[in-house]
Amino acid sequence: MSDGTIEKISESNVILQKSFSQDNVLLSIENLRVWFELRRWGFGHAGYVRAVDGVSFDLHHGEAIAVVGESGCGKSSLMKTILGLYKPIEGSVIFNGKNLVDLDTRGMRWYRNQVGYIQQDPYGALPPFMSVKRILEEPLIVGGIRDKTERELRTRKVMEEVKMFPVEDFTSKFPHMLSGGQQQRVVIARAMILEPKLIVADEPVSMLDASVRVEVLKLLRGLQESHNLSFIYITHDLSTVRYFSERVFVMYAGKIVEKAKITDLLRNPTHPYTHALLAATSDPDAKNAATFKEVPPGEPPSLVKPPPGCHFHPRCSRMIPGLCEVQDPPDFEPETNHFVGCWLYK
Amino acid sequence: MKTLQNTFKELTRYPSAIFGLAIIAFLIILSIYAMVSIPYSEAIRLWRGGEGIWYKNPKYAAPEWINFIRPNKLPTTIYLSSQAGSAEKTITQDKQGNNAITITAKFDYPYNTVPPDMAIYFASKYTNKQPYASITWLTPDGREIRVADFAVAQSEVYWFSQDTKLQRRLAGLEPQQGLFMLDPSAGLSTPVKGTYQLNIKVITFEPDTDLDAEFILYGRVSGIAGTDHLRRDLKIALLWGTPIALAFGLLAALGTTVTTLVIAACSVWFGGWVDSLIQRITQVNMVLPFLPILIMVGTFYSHSIWVILGATIILSIFGAGILTNRAIFLQVKESAYIEAARAYGASSWRIIFQYLVPRIIPTLIPQLVVLIPGFVFLEASLAVLGLGDPTLPTWGKIINDAQRNGALYAGLYYWVLEPAALLMISGLAFAMLGFSLDRIFNPKLRGL
Amino acid sequence: MSEAKLLRIENLKLHFRTTQGIVQAVDGATFDLSYNKAIVVVGESGCGKSSLAKAILRLLPRNVHTYSGRVFLDSTDVMTLGEEEFRQQIRWVKMSLVPQAAMNALNPVIRVGDQVAEPAMIHLGIKHDEAIAMARKMFQNVGVPEDFLIRYPFELSGGMRQRAALAMALVTSPNLIILDEPTSALDLLTQANIMNVLKRIKQDLGTSYILITHDIATSSELADEVAVMYAGQIVELGDTYRFFPAPLHPYSIKLMASVPRLRADQEPDFITGQPPSLIDLPVGCRFAPRCPSRFDKCDQDPPVINKDGRQVKCWLYV
Repeated sequence: MSDGTIEKISESNVILQKSFSQDNVLLSIENLRVWFELRRWGFGHAGYVRAVDGVSFDLHHGEAIAVVGESGCGKSSLMKTILGLYKPIEGSVIFNGKNLVDLDTRGMRWYRNQVGYIQQDPYGALPPFMSVKRILEEPLIVGGIRDKTERELRTRKVMEEVKMFPVEDFTSKFPHMLSGGQQQRVVIARAMILEPKLIVADEPVSMLDASVRVEVLKLLRGLQESHNLSFIYITHDLSTVRYFSERVFVMYAGKIVEKAKITDLLRNPTHPYTHALLAATSDPDAKNAATFKEVPPGEPPSLVKPPPGCHFHPRCSRMIPGLCEVQDPPDFEPETNHFVGCWLYK
Repeated sequence: MKTLQNTFKELTRYPSAIFGLAIIAFLIILSIYAMVSIPYSEAIRLWRGGEGIWYKNPKYAAPEWINFIRPNKLPTTIYLSSQAGSAEKTITQDKQGNNAITITAKFDYPYNTVPPDMAIYFASKYTNKQPYASITWLTPDGREIRVADFAVAQSEVYWFSQDTKLQRRLAGLEPQQGLFMLDPSAGLSTPVKGTYQLNIKVITFEPDTDLDAEFILYGRVSGIAGTDHLRRDLKIALLWGTPIALAFGLLAALGTTVTTLVIAACSVWFGGWVDSLIQRITQVNMVLPFLPILIMVGTFYSHSIWVILGATIILSIFGAGILTNRAIFLQVKESAYIEAARAYGASSWRIIFQYLVPRIIPTLIPQLVVLIPGFVFLEASLAVLGLGDPTLPTWGKIINDAQRNGALYAGLYYWVLEPAALLMISGLAFAMLGFSLDRIFNPKLRGL
Repeated sequence: MSEAKLLRIENLKLHFRTTQGIVQAVDGATFDLSYNKAIVVVGESGCGKSSLAKAILRLLPRNVHTYSGRVFLDSTDVMTLGEEEFRQQIRWVKMSLVPQAAMNALNPVIRVGDQVAEPAMIHLGIKHDEAIAMARKMFQNVGVPEDFLIRYPFELSGGMRQRAALAMALVTSPNLIILDEPTSALDLLTQANIMNVLKRIKQDLGTSYILITHDIATSSELADEVAVMYAGQIVELGDTYRFFPAPLHPYSIKLMASVPRLRADQEPDFITGQPPSLIDLPVGCRFAPRCPSRFDKCDQDPPVINKDGRQVKCWLYV
């Protein structure tokens, strides 16, 4: 990828220019494939679930990207591979120059300190029998921080950062005593406590109430800016993407079908699937009740036997016969820094 | 955790739990009392019995409180000792300077039944020539009956019931009956009530010969719990049986539960062949017959209670507990917080002990409590079958002795009912407590 | 009353007894619904909207403390009907329910077709074959292929199962369907599909809806009228064309402002604090602790004001 300038809509609505150059790459994913083996009767081989099927992208320091897609598109598997929980069958995950596959146990431990994980369900993400203090200290203990005062200091610092005031009130509480928003703050604090460079957030606000969502998203945005964190924000809710990230990746059936800046995507959606997603996302408007939405027929394909060629072709209204069902399209670049995997843009 | 207080508060809402807790508290107090008032070594010594320990107790005597409900009171043991002063002893010197000793034992007999037996324990001191004793019996209506004359060795026991000469003298009546009753053939089958007197006149043949006698009139009731075939006071075994039963039950239940827990967690977390192996072992073990194996261990190997406890735990671990715990763990394993722990690099052992196990402890508590009575009964069952530790005073041993001595045929119901009652209320208490705990803990865990 | 209304609810109350106290889940709900119209009840978690559905359909749990009010269906007060009468004549005959997470509410060991046919057999008293025929027709209506009649729920995708649940609610041709969060667990495109189905059924079959949701964007897809619920009360009620551009109640205003817009440039807002617990309700206006426009009158419970045919429960409009 070449140099690019990203426009960011900041708090005061002033557009900042941030330069992401080649040597500012934090995470580089190249041709990543994560396939899970299916076993028949526990022994025989019955094919693979191709959760991630050829994904490549670069993530720069301090950049926030959103991965958008429906369930079964592989975004969770992609995220878990980046977290080191799954091993790819092919391709590389290169973080700060180090390939994940090459890391030994000590290297993995170092890596885990670099990546924070925010989960979807705030209540399930917290052990119900541990106090907030204990929950936040666990990553530190596991990370080898033996000094108790240092742990306390870091815990307090991170709780202040997620705005859980007063800190003393919260340290001894248990998860069931907190509201959804507060629980999610604890999850965020836990992700931040090891001072990572990259945060992977899986639908961090979708289980929260509407009125709290923005508060948490604002908090995450603030943390990202103040710590210059890179963010991978996974969501199915396109409307929050605009508020939170610079670039958007649209994922379908294990592949990233479109990569663009959010403004470019909204102005010029290229992939037919992106069109469908945008059309299905509505802003609250009374006129919606009178219109029918156009939805591509069918359902996302099974990842065990995806359709040949372009994975979207059975549902695509603009399919090119003879091409789309035969050959998998490479990435085309219809405008600068806007990539789409669709034969229509050859 | 603070939830201990909350749990207790909620527990008090259930009357059955309060009842159960009260009984358990009572049992614990009983255990403490037993261990404090009769130290362990003492209890074993007493229980082993032997010469000189239980001679003052009657055999097969019912507990004394039975007299409260009986219209005809049963006699208690009457013990008169010249050494203790309850029997009068006078010494006079004869012309040769030898002692002539007279021991008089006076007692009231207001009962409607004759005593089962009577004995006189003699202890005499002499150099060469044994003193000679003459025993006579004075009834309240003024009859004087000659009982026996004989030379007294250093320690001698005279059993009234075994004296056939006395029996012949009493016109064929058994001494207990003859000495107390007027004329049974005339229909007067109740003993004469009033003050009786036993006179022992002793002639000595050497200076400084001395003689003491203990007159024991055995009652039909004795002590708070009665006595058994070896004249042992049952309260020893009932008291000491409590801590033994509780300890066995608790240790077995705890040992089983904790081990099951850890094994199930490891099985689930490591998966693969570890999981398969543990499951196969469990399935095979569940088919093996539990009690027969324990019986074999007890018969061929050792009766020691520790061996039995160990075998019980080993056989109980790989049972249904592992399968249920495994099912729960399988669910918990998928929780988001476990995934987060893996993401920040927690080791497998840390996850097992600090993240999985605490999740399941609330379900375990009612399980544990309900397991305890099962093991208490197991120990008692083994004792009843004769496989328990023969030296230990346990409830099961009491029942075993009772059965061997035909207690129920002889109408000695107390012998069986007392340990059985204790077993039952123990079981009841733990069961009630356990079920109440279940009601408290389990609804919360629905949201696993 | 100028036109006959399908449903009229007056001061509906549903309070539950729990160990912690009395949960005032629904505290005096009043609204009406015309034939072939849809009303959307919007609210966040803990506002009592699911309990509203249960209250209307009389699906009460055992720990009910208060259940009062009037529910007029086709001008008959169904609250006066006995339990058995209600079950036979009203529930699933005149009005039915698509419950929350309906796709998980299907019985996993019974074929989907049989499950959809069951209400017809019970309430319309028809035989199995006839009921299956009706189920087949319903499947057509909701857009599920016919061959799914003999499948089991696990063989269907989430969206299909939701549509099967919808078919089950439709099979007795009720006038009113109550939908509790019908799309919350579904993917974006599937959500759009379901909303299309609901719109078409409304058009073709003339069904009315009460749609309960926390998703404001989705609510605009179906609503003719919007009711905003907060802490057990309906704080605003009005026509959708007037509500969405300009809500009246401070809570509605903040709620609308907190929805991130894909196509507009505004910075979304949020509301500090939390909704009150339904056990420990504040005296006076329940939103006052979090309201930016709060003033001294708010210490008293505000009345419901009628403002050009819209209703607001707020002192600002007196």
